[in-house]
Amino acid sequence: MRLLAAALLIAGAVITAAAPPAAVPVSDAEIMAGSFPAKLSAFGFFADGAKQVPAPGVIPYRLNTPLWSDGAEKLRFAYIPAGQKVRAQGEGLLDLPVGSALIKTFKFGGKLIETRVLLHRTGGWLALPYQWNEEQTEAKLVLAGARLPLVNPAGEAISYAIPNKNQCKECHAAGAEVVPIGPKARNLSARWLVDLAKAGKLDAVPAVARRIPLWEDRAKVPLADAARGYLDVNCAHCHKPNGAASNSGLYLGWEESDPIKLGVMKRPVAAGRGSGKLDYDIVPGDPGHSILFYRMGSLEGGISMPELGRASLDRDGNAMVERWIAGMKR
Amino acid sequence: MRITAPLIAAVSALALAASAHAKTLDVPAGDGAQARLQEALIVAEPGDVVQLGAGRFVLSDGLSLDVRGVTVRGAGMDATVLDFSGQKGAGEGLLVTAHDVTLRDFAVENTKGDGIKSKGANNIVYYRLRVTWTGGPKETNGAYGLYPVSSTGVLVDGCKVSGASDAGIYVGQSKAITVRYNYVEQSVAGIEIENSRDALVTGNLVTRNTGGILVFDLPNLPVMGGGNTLIENNLIVGNDTPNFAPKGNIVASVPRGTGVMVMANDGVGIRGNALVDNPSVQILVVAYPKPYEDKTYNPLPRNVTIGANRIIGGGDDPQFPGGAELAAAFGKPLPPVIWDGVATPTSHSMPDLTEGGPVLSLGLPGPSAGMAAARPDLIRSAAVVAAMPSPSGAPAALNLRARP
Repeated sequence: MRLLAAALLIAGAVITAAAPPAAVPVSDAEIMAGSFPAKLSAFGFFADGAKQVPAPGVIPYRLNTPLWSDGAEKLRFAYIPAGQKVRAQGEGLLDLPVGSALIKTFKFGGKLIETRVLLHRTGGWLALPYQWNEEQTEAKLVLAGARLPLVNPAGEAISYAIPNKNQCKECHAAGAEVVPIGPKARNLSARWLVDLAKAGKLDAVPAVARRIPLWEDRAKVPLADAARGYLDVNCAHCHKPNGAASNSGLYLGWEESDPIKLGVMKRPVAAGRGSGKLDYDIVPGDPGHSILFYRMGSLEGGISMPELGRASLDRDGNAMVERWIAGMKR
Repeated sequence: MRITAPLIAAVSALALAASAHAKTLDVPAGDGAQARLQEALIVAEPGDVVQLGAGRFVLSDGLSLDVRGVTVRGAGMDATVLDFSGQKGAGEGLLVTAHDVTLRDFAVENTKGDGIKSKGANNIVYYRLRVTWTGGPKETNGAYGLYPVSSTGVLVDGCKVSGASDAGIYVGQSKAITVRYNYVEQSVAGIEIENSRDALVTGNLVTRNTGGILVFDLPNLPVMGGGNTLIENNLIVGNDTPNFAPKGNIVASVPRGTGVMVMANDGVGIRGNALVDNPSVQILVVAYPKPYEDKTYNPLPRNVTIGANRIIGGGDDPQFPGGAELAAAFGKPLPPVIWDGVATPTSHSMPDLTEGGPVLSLGLPGPSAGMAAARPDLIRSAAVVAAMPSPSGAPAALNLRARP
């Protein structure tokens, strides 16, 4: 319970309901079964779905720097089955045991739009997208994804895309496997990890030499750290050696140290019109001639990056990357 | 057993029942095509056929297939059309990320990015597909028509591509490749084999592209060291479309009017082709010309063997830097084989002509040297001729999926 209380604190304004959740356990059977449950409620992740009050054993968490998805407010939860422990793997991805689930709900204007679940089954992780109904009483499986019109926090009317099951995998792929992206120790708060360990749900608190900065602290930390954190979270799930964009040779992970692999004076390989008639992914000191910045600033299919999950511009993120490139030594 | 795709719940249940029997999922054209087709591609099981009906599928997003051993089959490359004119998201029309997939008998039109891409998808067959951008050659068209990458075992057979702003058929970072009997026109490159090995390119017609067939190896990529590739028995005709590739891409440097172009690579054979009226140069062999930092990369072409080809016309309008000066010095048409002259004493970079005849060497002192530094000369082929590559191409089993 202490863990849950701490986690609720971390989640801050999101979960203020102190009311004790109904004691209906999460359905381990639905997490583990070979089927695709048609309704989100079948898992029992929430004591109150509409209010996003988690069920017992479902632990809220946040990421230091989150993936930007058209400005959606995101609520993240982890479920670890009773009697089992997460294994720390250094600064990298936590190894959640079979039977675990990661749950992420997307809200716009206070309204629940979709909840994506990652289920750790015996054969590996499975990603499924669920779309909330108008009444906010249930979310139903949308294997093939969906598009819906909505207004983002910037006030722009957009065609918002809920990814299909395969698109979930495109970002969550590591080689042929599906893996979680978010819960890497370096992008989680030390306190949350300590609490998880104290609750007996984490085998050891991993040592993290250099954390990805908190997004809201981006103006206070070294620009390169904030920018590299942003690129790691928003780009490196594909742009890594075993990711969907491996063949580009452009690797934007937090740990990448080779300037060329990071895009500095690197020519594109299969960019097509995504090159924007420019020669290099990053030209130090010159964001206007950097393909990376050009593609982040586009909304056009075939040009815009990331390819999935963005129908509007992340002006804050773009401005930060622009400053970072502008400040790079030529 | 045939199942209609909208009955998704039923299909899901069946898909999960570990059915031993392959089934056919029928997906007719018409309303709601995006969700119905994408659902079928998700719930299909290994061995299943996703059968696309005749007609036009109006799609709003890219499609993807991630199930091993599935066949996606249409009613013919003119009868079944996946129309992406209204595409809003994704980098390609159809993305395949599973092994042993067969795609056949349908068309893809007007994708925002690439037409059909397969990545990490071994033993894939592309058969009698059509990919086109209906507005003709434009810089705003998608880059590649057919785009298998990072795969072992690739057969592209009997397909038709036009309008790609990079390559009509592009095979990248792959091995065991056959590209045959295809028709590619009005793209920047007709067929491009890049950073790949053991490729057989045969029996294709490439015409009215900027360049016909390219064999490139580029630096700073996870897979390098391309070679053991044979370009044999192709019709490479009148590739004279002005280069419309967006700048920044390597093909933007291909001269308008190139028949075959080899850049870097170890072991490329060119024989039995009809090279007709490619106005700049019929066969061009060069080093990678741009500065790079990559110690593991070799920018020079090595062991390029040019056998007997039917050479008709061409070389009479050389549109590359220094072309006019070369024509003034050596007369028109220029010899059919031009080499940049960049070599090391042991690199065997000058192409071998098994039938004799001169090579026009530009005599460049280094890969990045401009034409101002050229010392062009006609030279005879070396006495020691490199063996003609004989790649096995795609595994024979793939053949059976195209022509059972």
